[in-house]
Amino acid sequence: MQRLLSSEFVHNYRHNIPAVLGSLLVLAFAFLAIFGPLLVWQDPYDVSQLELMDSFKPPVWLEGGHPRYLLGTDGQGRDVLASIIYGARISAFIGIAAMACSCVIGTILGLISGYYGGMLDAVIMRVADIQLSFPSMLIALFLMSAFGNGIGMILIALTAVGWVVYARTVRGSTLSEIQKEYIQAARVAGLSDTEIIRRHVLPNVLTPLIVVSTIQVGSFILIEASLSFLGVGVPITEPSLGLLVKEGFDVLFSGIWWTSAFPGLFIMFLVFGINLFGDFLRDELNPRLR
Amino acid sequence: MLGYTIKRLLQMVLVLFVVSIIVFLMMSFTGDPVFMVIPIDSTQAEIEQARRLLGLDQSLFSQYWIFLSNLLQGDFGRSYVFRQPAMDLILERLPATIEMVLVAMAFATVIAIPLGVYAGANPNRTASRGIMAGSLFGISLPGFWVGMMLIYFFSVRHPLLPSSGRGETIEILGLRLSIFTADGWSHILLPAVTLALATLAIILRITRAGMMEVMRQDYIRFARAKGASRTHILFAHGLKNALIPVVTIFGLQLGDLIAFATITETIFAWPGTGKLLIDSIYRGDRPVIVVYLMLTAFIFVVINFLVDIVYTVIDPRITVK
Repeated sequence: MQRLLSSEFVHNYRHNIPAVLGSLLVLAFAFLAIFGPLLVWQDPYDVSQLELMDSFKPPVWLEGGHPRYLLGTDGQGRDVLASIIYGARISAFIGIAAMACSCVIGTILGLISGYYGGMLDAVIMRVADIQLSFPSMLIALFLMSAFGNGIGMILIALTAVGWVVYARTVRGSTLSEIQKEYIQAARVAGLSDTEIIRRHVLPNVLTPLIVVSTIQVGSFILIEASLSFLGVGVPITEPSLGLLVKEGFDVLFSGIWWTSAFPGLFIMFLVFGINLFGDFLRDELNPRLR
Repeated sequence: MLGYTIKRLLQMVLVLFVVSIIVFLMMSFTGDPVFMVIPIDSTQAEIEQARRLLGLDQSLFSQYWIFLSNLLQGDFGRSYVFRQPAMDLILERLPATIEMVLVAMAFATVIAIPLGVYAGANPNRTASRGIMAGSLFGISLPGFWVGMMLIYFFSVRHPLLPSSGRGETIEILGLRLSIFTADGWSHILLPAVTLALATLAIILRITRAGMMEVMRQDYIRFARAKGASRTHILFAHGLKNALIPVVTIFGLQLGDLIAFATITETIFAWPGTGKLLIDSIYRGDRPVIVVYLMLTAFIFVVINFLVDIVYTVIDPRITVK
């Protein structure tokens, strides 16, 4: 622990204001997502807790605001802050889970591709090439329109979009890793391919993935929000931040801005925090890019 | 060069072929389209007949074969909703989308490149750090939300600009365009700004990275020693060489803009192809979705092809295999 605290990494981190800011933002959001439901007084999806009389209350600092509803309420009398906290849990879950799925699948394919080479490698990499020539937003949109709504469906769609970057990164590092002597030594020692991949190659190709993963969580949160905004994302029963913005869109023209402005602001700061921290990690772990 | 071009063209055909298989397969999972075309009170016999007419009674493979040969003969199917050829529907709306995408691209480039050059040439100034933080902010913005907030400020709160539609259009060379009328500009402004933000941030970052790389090179030091003016060094020696990665990202961003135009068009009720796609997804209008996907795939493949060709032209260091 002492060694970690005095390492260069920690030193650089403490002197990088954006990185500290970014990670504080992410930590604050993580705290809200985990403990948020204990902090707000209302479960916005429990109908018995809603007061229809309190619909469309503006935020507390505006005329007509009610101190109980800090950021105002929506058309069903739901507290906007409470909805955001519940929605953020769904958004963050989708972002992280989809990243994890992409990471596992992409890493496995990348390892196979880089270690065995040949036909398998050619096929996997051509598929990756084709996929990269299309915007991920469009691929995800297309998959969602074919699959239909649902959190499981979004995870599949985002994984289908996200594996490529892992596969390519891992394949690249695997190729350079298997040239090295310790791998040959392991081969001579009679270890099986799976054993070599698992014990020797895998641990050495993981570092670059940390950066990719961080940035990807942010971009997945944005894609999910966009899909939900278009109505092909999460179902209404599990509203993510994007869906909250969409619901706010319908009343925006009557001047009710708070039901859409705050969830969007929340997405923005969440993704901004992740990107700030990811930028720092990239500079640290990949000094060539500095 | 000719050999390379031919090889790339063959690759394009292969990619489009693969895309057609994927699109066809995915679309066949989306439920039974027969219920889109028949009246609700149809009898079983009528349903069967409609199914035969659509070719849905045949095997998946022969359905694909019919689909592909129709595509190759220029028959892209008819919209279930509009009862018109799907291709006509899309082509009719395509100018609106391309117009918005190009205006957004122009906004993004005009702002991003000077800022990127500045930040790359003076990486340690406070202003450069500000620009970089701002660009990271731009990447983190949910585009649809920005569009909505712009509508709120400029259309609802202060009614300065219209929030939907294309406004007055003028027909030029058979295309209806709105960038030649003042009313058209007032309509295109908000959607184009919304669409441009993310691209602006990305082009800025790539330009900066390229500039930082280039400014370290010996030829820049040499140009300085020669006594060339700072502007001359920045733009003639620096930017010219830093632009190479920008061209690649330019092509990719054009594709991204077309994809994100679906969202922007939905928010601003812009009558383009993206809005048509979203509406068609809601209505289950399969032929329109298929044609949209095939057409955008075609556009992307062509853009990538052009980028590769331009790349070899502007950077003589790259020799094609």
